[in-house]
Amino acid sequence: MFAFTIRRIIQAILVMLVISFIGFAVQYSIGDPVRDMVGIRVSAAEREALREKLGLNDSFWIQYSRFVRNATRGDLGTSYFYSKPALQVILQKAPATLELVFVTAMIIVLVSLPVGIYTAINPKKLFSKITMGISTVGVSFPVFLTAIGLIYLFAVELHWLPSYGRGATVNIGGWETGFLTKDGLLHLILPSIALSSIMLPLFIRLIRAEMMEVLETEYIKYAWAKGLSRRRVWLLHAFKNTLLPVVTVFGVEIGILFAFTILTETVFQWQGMGFMFYEAVERSDTALLVAYLVVIGVIFVLINTLVDILYGLINPMVRIAGTK
Amino acid sequence: MSDRWSRFRKSYLFYSFKRDPIAIACFSIFIFLVVISFAAPIVAPYNPYDTTTIDIMDSELPPAWMEEGNENFWLGTDIQGRDLYSTMLYGLRTSVIIGIFAVIFQAFVGIVVGLISGYFGGRIDAFLMRITDIQFSIPYLIVAIIASAVFKIAFGANRFEELAIPLLVIIIGMSEWPKYARTVRASVLGEKSKEYVEAARVIGLNNRLIMFRHILPNTLTPVLVISTIQVAQAVMSEAALSFLGLGMPVTKPSLGSLINLGFEYVFSGSWWITLFPGLLLVTFVLVILLLGDWLRDVLNPKLYKG
Repeated sequence: MFAFTIRRIIQAILVMLVISFIGFAVQYSIGDPVRDMVGIRVSAAEREALREKLGLNDSFWIQYSRFVRNATRGDLGTSYFYSKPALQVILQKAPATLELVFVTAMIIVLVSLPVGIYTAINPKKLFSKITMGISTVGVSFPVFLTAIGLIYLFAVELHWLPSYGRGATVNIGGWETGFLTKDGLLHLILPSIALSSIMLPLFIRLIRAEMMEVLETEYIKYAWAKGLSRRRVWLLHAFKNTLLPVVTVFGVEIGILFAFTILTETVFQWQGMGFMFYEAVERSDTALLVAYLVVIGVIFVLINTLVDILYGLINPMVRIAGTK
Repeated sequence: MSDRWSRFRKSYLFYSFKRDPIAIACFSIFIFLVVISFAAPIVAPYNPYDTTTIDIMDSELPPAWMEEGNENFWLGTDIQGRDLYSTMLYGLRTSVIIGIFAVIFQAFVGIVVGLISGYFGGRIDAFLMRITDIQFSIPYLIVAIIASAVFKIAFGANRFEELAIPLLVIIIGMSEWPKYARTVRASVLGEKSKEYVEAARVIGLNNRLIMFRHILPNTLTPVLVISTIQVAQAVMSEAALSFLGLGMPVTKPSLGSLINLGFEYVFSGSWWITLFPGLLLVTFVLVILLLGDWLRDVLNPKLYKG
């Protein structure tokens, strides 16, 4: 297990090096830190002096190693628009995105588990058939269309829920949270439903398929033969073994949720990292863009590595197969 | 030709197609949509690219069956006064072109990488698969969004709009090729040790010939299955990018940029600019996905899962 963990961590570092290299290549080819720092009225000679001072005339590889060294110390450059360290800007926006992803994940778990189990146990019931039909159609709905539909119905027509922004937030030790005010919670409803709508069909189908497969196995037949109660067989014997693949897929899909936050946050003008990225592109804020790339890379690598190690812990076959 | 046709008519594929009403319906809708979108210059009542036919006074008209609707525009008009029905047809054509070429591009890259990786094995295999793994660990949508953001800043907004179609093909292609690489590599590994490959080697054929003429045709079934789903995926990616303003510009609309355009006017009650292109997009993607599911079940019954 130790060797397996070390191998995963080495791979994670490798991935981060590749991502940072891409980030730096972007910065090197299209970013202009001098423009970001000074106004138009500064003369060419002064610009050249500044370039020399910042080390922008050094070779690509020297600059890259400096970029990596700075990045490990948490310095990802300065945002042109905010005139603040890029990492600080991102960390300010992070709570909004994390809260959105958290609530979305809760919705996915709380809805897909019972619905998935129910449709697996009762595949012939009307509810199951309707659910499967909706989830087939649901996969082909782009998240921004769902989001616009929700806004039109609940905000424009019915006036029940707010359509954009985070509402009132409370600051606890630098973490802007929307969980503690009624207004903040109301603002969370539509974005989190929209975001969960992309993953829900997938998870309901996955849990249903896994559960149905487990219900066909020998040990479940044996449990029936023993005369155990239905509830005990379904929830204790069968459900436990459907969890393993579901947990791993869940870990990976949480990462993908971050990708879809860009779309969701743009529609709802949710003040998180995704919306910040959208604005950074509009403003050609290269440093912020690169910093976002690195931060999101760290998030993915962390999630992937954790899931792999967790999977290795639960399932010995993975550890051994990986050795050769 | 007629020989091939009769062989196709006797095939299991055609047999199961005839017996599946959903597959027939999806295939008909798919063909219908592709045909009317490519025939847009003939079928559409207006040309959204021709600015002389557009009158700004016609902007934001609701569909013809509503009170303020105009009979000349049966699905209403968008914010620039373009006939929504015509614009949607042209938009669908753009989406289809980008979707198909993006899939051809990613299939080409993925197949070449997968073939080389599976056939030669060893160091080359380890290196290529490591790259594939790394790209796989980042969601394709993030790759596509960041790549197009970088292209947009690098080229400048105007140049990016001119080159939007080829750039989107490259961006979407680059973000999805690992799927092909893995699939092809897996089937190459299965084929490599078979006797016909051995025989080809014994008679002294070179590697390239064995790879492309002998092994490749036998790996094409899974490629065909994922390709249908990938076209749907590519159309969705294009719509997402255009919605973020990183894809097709408003002057050369695709379905995604039309939805984006309509989104700003949802609040003032002009729902049709968003709804109709949205429904068209969902229908198009849905029929491709259902066809893909059907194809997978027919060609690979082992994979079948409820």
